Amino acid sequence: MDVLYFAWVRERIGIPRETLDTSARTVAELVEELRGREDRYAAAFADLSALRVAVDQDLTDFDASLEGVREVAFFPPMTGG
Amino acid sequence: MILRVQSEPFDLGAETDTFAKAQSGMGAVVTFTGIVRDLPGAGLDRMEIEHYPGMTEKALEKIASEAMQRWDLGDVLIIHRYGVLRPDDRIMMVATSSRHRADAFAAADFLMDYLKSRAPFWKKEFTSSGAEWVASKDTDEAALDRW
Repeated sequence: MDVLYFAWVRERIGIPRETLDTSARTVAELVEELRGREDRYAAAFADLSALRVAVDQDLTDFDASLEGVREVAFFPPMTGG
Repeated sequence: MILRVQSEPFDLGAETDTFAKAQSGMGAVVTFTGIVRDLPGAGLDRMEIEHYPGMTEKALEKIASEAMQRWDLGDVLIIHRYGVLRPDDRIMMVATSSRHRADAFAAADFLMDYLKSRAPFWKKEFTSSGAEWVASKDTDEAALDRW
């Protein structure tokens, strides 16, 4: 599964994307797994209310299933326009 | 629907003219343009806009289709830039056409509210005192409730 990071999430983690082998069944489980990896991940995922998640390029919630999912992206609230 | 995500500048007059000329039977064309504002105090050197290639196009398609369904429109144009922009540069534009002006105005307003908080763009402002990501506003999210 490809995991992508944007804006300050990308800066805090230090990479724009990575490919992970995970057994996480939901986005929330994936977040828990990432938090446990290193401090930079724990820092990026410290406050989930400041984050948004997209699964296969559709905005969704942290309880979304990861079954059959190819791409997950984490980012702050969007500021387009 | 004409949807473009690009780093290069666009010509507001030419885009509006091309869009208006392509319409037939439409009595109204409304356009909105977003421009980089200078910041008071520190002064803005530049703004960097990051986006999520793939999801951005998908989100614009979804937002524009929704507008086409809700209002009686001839067409919708959205151009949104990414990359480095300076004060007074044009960030983005929308254009809508309809037979009567109310639909074109409402649809343009709707497009802007959704582009603000549902299109995956992030702005970072660089001033003499450092760089900061632009935070979303609660009012941006609340604006969606209007629709």
